[in-house]
Amino acid sequence: MKGRPFELAYSFHFGILTDVFTLKAVNIGKKFGERIVFSAINLNLNTGDSVAVTGPNGSGKTTLLKVLVKLLRPSSGEVQFQDDDRVLDDDSVRARISFVAPYLNLYDQLTGEENLKFFAAVRGGNITGKEVESLLAEVGLARRGLDLVSTYSTGMKQRLKYAVALSGHPQLLFLDEPMSGLDDSGQAVVASIINKLRAECIIILATNEKEEYAFGQKQCRLGQ
Amino acid sequence: MGKSSAGLASKSLAVYVKDLRLELRSRFGLNAVFMFGITTLAVVSFALGQASLSPKILGALFWIIIFFSAMSGLAQVFVREEEQQTALTLRLTADPDAVFLGKLCFNFSLLIIMAAVITPLFFVFTDAPTAGAINFLVILVVGMIDLGAATTLIAAIISKASVKGALFAVLAFPILLPMLIALTLSSEKILAGESLGEVSKLLQFLIAYAIVMITASILLFKYVWQE
Repeated sequence: MKGRPFELAYSFHFGILTDVFTLKAVNIGKKFGERIVFSAINLNLNTGDSVAVTGPNGSGKTTLLKVLVKLLRPSSGEVQFQDDDRVLDDDSVRARISFVAPYLNLYDQLTGEENLKFFAAVRGGNITGKEVESLLAEVGLARRGLDLVSTYSTGMKQRLKYAVALSGHPQLLFLDEPMSGLDDSGQAVVASIINKLRAECIIILATNEKEEYAFGQKQCRLGQ
Repeated sequence: MGKSSAGLASKSLAVYVKDLRLELRSRFGLNAVFMFGITTLAVVSFALGQASLSPKILGALFWIIIFFSAMSGLAQVFVREEEQQTALTLRLTADPDAVFLGKLCFNFSLLIIMAAVITPLFFVFTDAPTAGAINFLVILVVGMIDLGAATTLIAAIISKASVKGALFAVLAFPILLPMLIALTLSSEKILAGESLGEVSKLLQFLIAYAIVMITASILLFKYVWQE
């Protein structure tokens, strides 16, 4: 079994005064069968940190994000979430994560509003009509909330995913190809969301677009 | 953060209402169930003509129709999530227990609607005796709970496979066999004019089966639902 000539380990901290949320990935690796996607990745991120995961196609960017949010189990190592040094269980972590990605679909046969209300409800929260309106307005879907998502364009669906992400008041924001399918105004909306959440979230984004690297304070390059 | 039962109930309700809404808009499950059920009933009716059937055959025939109709629609609840690529989003945001309970309740609802349509038609087409209708209804409701409890977890397992339809029936059959035998025997006795007291042992078995299946499914579901 031959691994990729790749190992990455870094850790950085920023001074946050309250409610410090920490993501620790210790020596994580992932392989599918005999194929090693990545190995020995160490991350130690606190609220306010942001990382751009980059690398060529097939280097494991999406897989790394899925492992970090526990959609996939790592083949080695461990991912841990802490709130002020208290290790969080899966339920607590789930309530704090928002993830926007092209492969994470919303329900086509529900309206935009119904999607927002549903995901707020399964997270255990409650969302008022005013909050729904304000979220839809924030992502530029103010007059389309009552339409079925199946009638939305790709870019509008992507905008709605950001509204759903915001409705979860995330402490950890994962973005895979964050600008995928968006026009210029959609990209401006996403940039403003990232900047708004930067101080209160850990943001991890996977991208191949050089202009999006700047959203991360640090870069994590895979497949080197 | 502890998992309160009120929180779990409201999350499960959200999943249930969402599935119900999706079903009413797409009618995937209902169409599949009714198409199979009504077609089978029509074929049976034409084949039998004026022939009078014994309670033994009627009981078996009824549960064969219910079993295969259910097999054609119950898996939809998870298959739809996988095919429309919403399963990952749900996995990421929802408590697995809430997902299971919501979908279990949805499958119960689908089975009750299916039984409410197919059962009266069965009695009309086959000229089955209606004297013990209330007792038959009790067996039917317990049977629907058993069927839903035993198949919801299997639906979650097969939703990730490439050949879903055939696999569902194949995987479900050995688990459902004891329940189907008990249901067929109790229905046969009820149709022959016996009281619920006379089938109490079978009824106890069917209730115990539902409890075991629901408990085991809740314990196992998160392992099936995750990667």
